[in-house]
Amino acid sequence: MTSAPPEGIGIDATAASEPAVAPAPAARPRRRFRTHVFVFIAPAAAIYTIFMVYPLLDSLRLSLYAPVDGVQTFVGLDNFVHLLSDDLLSDAFWNAVWNNLVFFAVHFFVQNPIGLLLAALLAAPTLKGRSTYRTLLFLPTTLSVVIVGFIWQLIISPVWGFVETPLLGQSSTALVTLALMSVWQYIGIPMILFYAVLISIPDELIEAATVDGAGAWSTFWRVKFPLILPTVGIVSVITYVANMNAFDLIYTVKGALAGPDFASDIMGTLFFRTFFGFQLQQGSSTMGATVATMMFLLILAGVLAYFFGWQRRIQSYQL
Amino acid sequence: MRSPELTAVSTPPVASRTGRTWRARAGVAVPHLILIAYVVVACGPIALIVMNAFKSRQAIFEEPFAFPTPSTLDLGGFETVFTRARFELYFLNSFIVTVSTVVLVLLLGSMAAFALAEYRFTGITLVSIYLAVGIMIPIRLGTVGILDLMVRLNLVNSLAGLVLVYTAMGLPLAVFVLTAFFKQVPGDLKDAARIDGASEYRVYSLALPLVRPGLAAIGVYTMLPIWNDLWFPLILTPGEGVRTVTLGTQLFLGQFVSDWNAVLAVLTLAALPMLALFIIFSRQFVRGLTSGAIK
Repeated sequence: MTSAPPEGIGIDATAASEPAVAPAPAARPRRRFRTHVFVFIAPAAAIYTIFMVYPLLDSLRLSLYAPVDGVQTFVGLDNFVHLLSDDLLSDAFWNAVWNNLVFFAVHFFVQNPIGLLLAALLAAPTLKGRSTYRTLLFLPTTLSVVIVGFIWQLIISPVWGFVETPLLGQSSTALVTLALMSVWQYIGIPMILFYAVLISIPDELIEAATVDGAGAWSTFWRVKFPLILPTVGIVSVITYVANMNAFDLIYTVKGALAGPDFASDIMGTLFFRTFFGFQLQQGSSTMGATVATMMFLLILAGVLAYFFGWQRRIQSYQL
Repeated sequence: MRSPELTAVSTPPVASRTGRTWRARAGVAVPHLILIAYVVVACGPIALIVMNAFKSRQAIFEEPFAFPTPSTLDLGGFETVFTRARFELYFLNSFIVTVSTVVLVLLLGSMAAFALAEYRFTGITLVSIYLAVGIMIPIRLGTVGILDLMVRLNLVNSLAGLVLVYTAMGLPLAVFVLTAFFKQVPGDLKDAARIDGASEYRVYSLALPLVRPGLAAIGVYTMLPIWNDLWFPLILTPGEGVRTVTLGTQLFLGQFVSDWNAVLAVLTLAALPMLALFIIFSRQFVRGLTSGAIK
């Protein structure tokens, strides 16, 4: 996978520019085998390999196996065929995919624009009380999803009486309500990322635009927005990845069954049920791995679309 | 950030009285109105929960927006929480897991990042990409493999298992961000130390304090999702003795769902540590994000 650093902080780029800065870096010790390099990198690489890379590859491998007479046997793509063709399973799978995309879309169209608006207001140089606002606006992001789920469950509970309709109990409203709870929590992430870039825009650029008679509105859209486009891309892909593997909120509020009638079922809850079983259906590690592999492919597709579609285009505009 | 003199210079001095039109005043007020409105949206629900946790059941429903007064004060919810569940133990577990992970991620992550920023060796690009891939791939997708591995290593229902998984999860971003920070450390300092005969390990320990903003940001960024995670505690450490606060809260809430006092109390208890920590460290967090990661 090409996971090149987004904004050209590539190792090679910096290394190439090094001689220009310091004329004599060649004086650095260049020994044959440098033990310290190994000592520095090995522990991190080992933990990452054993507890992340290996289990991921093992899960991908398991999706090609199935228990036959109690022994894990290689069955090729049978699990995937089963997942996509079995009436019950494929209905559940496509329902989860669709719900997950809706869940993501709500974040994309509500969370990110509001996050950008708040960041733009916070980044205004004349704003008073900026750090207080910043801290307060970020507070919900520090909470656990379990807490967020219950806070909102209490607040919109008809028992307390602020809201009359059982928003979480109707299949037509449950998913969007849950997505909005999640938006409420995570809005701090796009806000802080946009804010970080906005305040790094050189003052001269803004001043030049102001001298040319541009108001705050057109300065934002004509000068600042094009400069933060790369961050818009990064925020979008982060939102996508985070939402395609969401689970905690829906599990907390609606349980593993993601009711009512699977109206709020997403990939994460489907994976959990497939792996551990629920009600009468038995859990299966190989079918669980199959669902996880499908999640992996969906996430990979999104990330690759970002790198090859969006980021390439942005770079060519910048040149 | 910006000095007051500079702002004073850039505003024409004459504009002070006559120029303060309705438009200019709105230009100052509107951002504040929008921000305050959103602060209410963001913090109102939290305040509502914390406030009502200290009130009697009757007061919760009759006057939810009122502050607790001596007549409505009721700490029964907190009593239920501590008598019916072992929250002090859950807090300790979460604390051990979070602190161990943050220490490991910062130590091992900064070591690897130092090497990637400092040395040139064959395969460096490959190693960087290999470690960076983990930023984009959620570790949860490997849950089947992780559970399998933990069973084989006999680490199910052990805090060490959680720490190892979370460390693996936190390392990719830590290495990536800290590499950018280490590249900004001036070379003179390191070369001077080398001329004085310092070992490479000594050079690393000299460079480490200079990337403190990066360490702070990564620390906060690593800590939050771990303290708040439900998925791995649910799967790897469901046992009573090794339960974390988040899982303990989730189970408690499921059990006491109709006891509003207890529910509000447990929500307040579980939320406060991270809220307090964030309020204390938010400046470092933002500074770390704005000074290194995006340059």
